[in-house]
Amino acid sequence: MNDNPCTQIRHDFPIFEVSVDDQPLCYLDSAATTQKPNQVIQAVKDFYQSQNANVHRGLHTLSEQATTAYEAVRRKLAQFLNVQSREIVWTSGATASLNLIAYGLSDSLKKDDVILLSPLEHHANIVPWQLAAKRTGARIELLPVDAQGILQLEQAKALIENLKPKVMSICHASNALGNINDVAALIASSKSSGTVTVIDGAQSLLHLRPDLQQLDCDFYVFSAHKALGPTGLGGLYGRYELLNALPVYQSGGEMIDTVSFSGTTFRPAPEKFEPGTPNIAGVIGFGAALDYLAAQDHDALFQHEQSLYQSLLQQLSGIDGIRIWGDTANNVGTVSFNYKNEHHYDLATLLNTHGIAVRSGHHCTQPLMAHLGIEGTIRASLAFYNNQQDISRFIAALKDTISLLEE
Amino acid sequence: MDLSHIEHSLAQHGAWQGKYREIMLLGKALPAMPDALKTDDALVKGCESKVWLHLDLDEQRQRLILIADSDTRIVKGLLAIILACYNNQLPLEAGKLDAYELFDKLGLIKHLSPSRGNGVRAIVERIHQQLQVLQ
Repeated sequence: MNDNPCTQIRHDFPIFEVSVDDQPLCYLDSAATTQKPNQVIQAVKDFYQSQNANVHRGLHTLSEQATTAYEAVRRKLAQFLNVQSREIVWTSGATASLNLIAYGLSDSLKKDDVILLSPLEHHANIVPWQLAAKRTGARIELLPVDAQGILQLEQAKALIENLKPKVMSICHASNALGNINDVAALIASSKSSGTVTVIDGAQSLLHLRPDLQQLDCDFYVFSAHKALGPTGLGGLYGRYELLNALPVYQSGGEMIDTVSFSGTTFRPAPEKFEPGTPNIAGVIGFGAALDYLAAQDHDALFQHEQSLYQSLLQQLSGIDGIRIWGDTANNVGTVSFNYKNEHHYDLATLLNTHGIAVRSGHHCTQPLMAHLGIEGTIRASLAFYNNQQDISRFIAALKDTISLLEE
Repeated sequence: MDLSHIEHSLAQHGAWQGKYREIMLLGKALPAMPDALKTDDALVKGCESKVWLHLDLDEQRQRLILIADSDTRIVKGLLAIILACYNNQLPLEAGKLDAYELFDKLGLIKHLSPSRGNGVRAIVERIHQQLQVLQ
């Protein structure tokens, strides 16, 4: 079968040459972390092999080269997101970014202010806000989500206008269900209330390549490893005036202007949020990931993901007893499901014996699982390097697993 | 269910599907725990699936009585193996048992690695903690 554009692209990902328990890998867990193309692996290797030096410190050649390369990636990402490079802060990941923002915004929260979240949020977009609420006396309210796990847009817009939240922090796409939320509409509804809007882009950066000026959000967080880049790196975009007004979160070297025992002054954003030696190799690797993505036809990749998703949905729906959760009409390509009353743990363990990598459990979204009235799901999440054969193998393994469970 | 029987039936299967079939059959043979006994106290923490465990001593015979249940088929099967190992033992003897060695012998050692969420390790630790209280 001609599986264009995937056929060629798949060769860029060396992991697919690896056998897992003597079987070719069927990787359907890209929502947890994406695989890395050769270009990213090579860039990290090249950096350590021939360019390694610390950034922003030395006058020597290697340090200057490292600094130039490191800052070039900040510009590259800014361009990718259509924002200014001084509005990009590197962190260790989306979780660290959300912690930085929730801590920073605490200064402007007071008793009974509303922090608006949704039941779809990952724990990383819940717990930092709970801590902020505890510090300030602000209260957390939730956007409405139906029994299928879909955000109710019209009710949500009315709620935003009614509650006038100080902060709204919601995911662009749900990690557990794959739903794409109409965040642009929600942000637009919050404008008249002066709400600070935070978008968790962990699941959207790769699949949706958002234009942040169009979204018009105040903050956007992401993890590099969910968009072909290395682990241990992420970042955030912050609208510059808001970003620069946030207090220092962690302190140390590099982010200071002057230090004396009578007082210390900090450099402006983004430097004031990047203390210590950053993840230089991670940034360089992520730069290669951004170059890789820029060289692809995004529409073609998205269409490919969506056609695989439709095929997966269709074949799953053909199995009696499968219950699929979430919004299947607006989705980044993640299918979250249960089979009758079978435990997701049994399903995932047996699927693994076929070389199928899926995630099982609550996906760090316990409030969402409670809302849906389940303990957890099986989650199969796609990326553009998947192909029809992955879908066929998954469906065959699932049928085999079901018949083993029902013996 | 004795251990040599379990060992024999697992050894027949080279492929994991076959091993899991046997494990799930062991689980099916394990009597369900009455709901009244599935208390929070009996719940073993550290398991992705739910596991309930009760350990008692038959005072007269000085032998251990363990009952356990899980909401997943595979973990229930693994519980059946653990119970076959500890049930009816003298407390002192049970304290010397090494479930890790047993799982290694059965080719199931990967279930004891900390990265597995099924909590077999947590169950074994709970049994040994309770044994210490008995002694």
